[in-house]
Amino acid sequence: MNKQVAIKAETSKDFEIRDYLRLDQFPHFMCPGCGHGIALRALLWAIHEQGIDKNKLAIVSGIGCSGRVGTYIDANTYHTTHGRPLAFATGLKMARPDLHVVVITGDGDCLAIGGNHLIHAARRNLDITCLMLNNEIYGMTGGQVSPTTPHDRYTTTTPAGNVEPVFDASRLAEAAGAGFVGRELTIHLPRLRDLISEGLEYKGFSFIEVMSDCTEINGRKNDLGSSAEMVLGQTRAMRPNEYDNNVVDQPFRPNSMDMGVFVRSDRPEYGATYRAMVDQISKGQKS
Amino acid sequence: MTMSDSGQQTVNLQGNHACALGAVAAGCRFYAGYPITPSSEVAERLAKELPKVGGVFLQMEDEIASIAATLGASMGGVKAMTATSGPGFSLKQENLGYGMGAEIPCVVINVMRGGPSTGMPTRPAQGDLMQARWGTHGDHPVIALTPGSVEEIYQQTARAFALSEKLRIPVTVLFDESLGHLVETMALPDVSDYEKTVRKWATGKPENYSPYKADKDGVPPMARPGDGYRVHTSGLTVEESGFPTQKAEKVDPIMKRLLGKIETNNDLIESFEAIDCADADVVIVALGVVGRAARKAVRELRAEGVKVGLFRPITLWPFPTKSFRKLTGKAKHFVVAEMNAGQMILEIGAAKVDKQSVTGLNRFDGVPISPSQIKDSVKEVLGHE
Repeated sequence: MNKQVAIKAETSKDFEIRDYLRLDQFPHFMCPGCGHGIALRALLWAIHEQGIDKNKLAIVSGIGCSGRVGTYIDANTYHTTHGRPLAFATGLKMARPDLHVVVITGDGDCLAIGGNHLIHAARRNLDITCLMLNNEIYGMTGGQVSPTTPHDRYTTTTPAGNVEPVFDASRLAEAAGAGFVGRELTIHLPRLRDLISEGLEYKGFSFIEVMSDCTEINGRKNDLGSSAEMVLGQTRAMRPNEYDNNVVDQPFRPNSMDMGVFVRSDRPEYGATYRAMVDQISKGQKS
Repeated sequence: MTMSDSGQQTVNLQGNHACALGAVAAGCRFYAGYPITPSSEVAERLAKELPKVGGVFLQMEDEIASIAATLGASMGGVKAMTATSGPGFSLKQENLGYGMGAEIPCVVINVMRGGPSTGMPTRPAQGDLMQARWGTHGDHPVIALTPGSVEEIYQQTARAFALSEKLRIPVTVLFDESLGHLVETMALPDVSDYEKTVRKWATGKPENYSPYKADKDGVPPMARPGDGYRVHTSGLTVEESGFPTQKAEKVDPIMKRLLGKIETNNDLIESFEAIDCADADVVIVALGVVGRAARKAVRELRAEGVKVGLFRPITLWPFPTKSFRKLTGKAKHFVVAEMNAGQMILEIGAAKVDKQSVTGLNRFDGVPISPSQIKDSVKEVLGHE
């Protein structure tokens, strides 16, 4: 089950990111070195690879740095309330199954204030692609501890270092029943693109955790160096998940996360199941 | 369904079921909710009815998810609703504000129960009147309707959809546990006009469209996803283009337009019942189930020769202040009867003219106000003259 996405030898050469951006909204608000821009590129590239019509693309986001990313995408974009993009997207997708619904969320938005919606979206397995940009901090509000901030990390609300255990978001999504789960680094752009592309293609709830870097706040506060140094540090902290399979006594691995595709299941997609039930009711086969 | 003597089809309906059926009749095709007493029958009935008409029923993981999913469905172009009671209404407030700010139509039902907090889940109250007005943060436009019978619940729920769609605003319908669980025999009102009322969709070239550029009625046409407009919707304060701004010169007109669309369309929104107000010395002000008790009190007091009238707002917010003043100008006293510690009385205090007295008749013990209590209150007020 666990394996990395094979990088496609041939990718379409005609991807032009400007075709998918609202150029009138530039310059963007992201800090220098932030990984969110790379995640945005990977997403748009994957959308291009999948041949998704921009008019049928709905991007739903919440609050925080991740919440603002959708603003730059030339699509139907919904910047909703903190923690609620998955709930909003659930209504939108059930009402409009013809739309490709992509949620862009963050570690605070998705795991803290919106944690309940994540586990239930995963349980339903409705056809939504959820991109969680994990920068391990509340960046927009100035650098407070988040559910994925590693142990001992300094933040504005952990002045003596973080002593709370962290969430492994992908494992959480997997345990809750997400049909497709994967994690990648921004430094692995082609792999990230292909992971997202596979998530977009998957009929069901696909959860993609993107390890982003918050250079300006997280990095500065913890002497993690430049953006390049931070992402290189991430690669050292990561390891392919094959090595991880025998580790049973370490459910949360704050400094040694695995990557790749963790789940690719054939669970039924909720929207189709629901519509089949409605169809039966309308034909009088079920009351 | 049975036939009455007049040959009209009549039904026995519980208030909560009437709410569900009124919604479906108005074209509601999406419901998301969370179980809560005493509103759960609204959800239960819709779980049965919506699939029959090809609609979507979702029981969400919590109250916040319910309103968020409702707003999401509405953005998709479907008439959508959620229902709850006090604690759930509190939880929905932030997203209700998102709907008001981003101008997303939807209907929110609040079957009121005793509060504060968990309060008395199976007892009636009218404790959420001010929450329906000021519950969400910041300045915001509001419409809240307060039906007073099972038939009116059906009708006003349907009307809530029409107002919501036409004015691009979440509309709250408030009634209490006793009306929600009351079973009455009624003829189903014709709500086809409400059903036909759909929102103004964007037309014309996408490059000429600004999502928050309003027409003369103060309401901007809405872009439906998939129609080629590809616009941005945000809870941030936005300019006409739909993108965020914090520039005072851009925020000021957009906020004035947002708040002003209620006043602009007041004729459409306003609704009330006024009985015997013209010559009344005392006007009772009451809504919902208390309005029924007040109607009986007026009838009996009139029979005794007491000059008394009733003003019953059906649209609670915006309060029909102008009509209230016009109709009750000659009254010397107001008795504001409400099942809370004094909420609507604040509005009457602001609406009255100088010398009119305002007396509150309040109950918050989970028992409806009776006609005899209202009569006693009127007599007491007159006795002080």
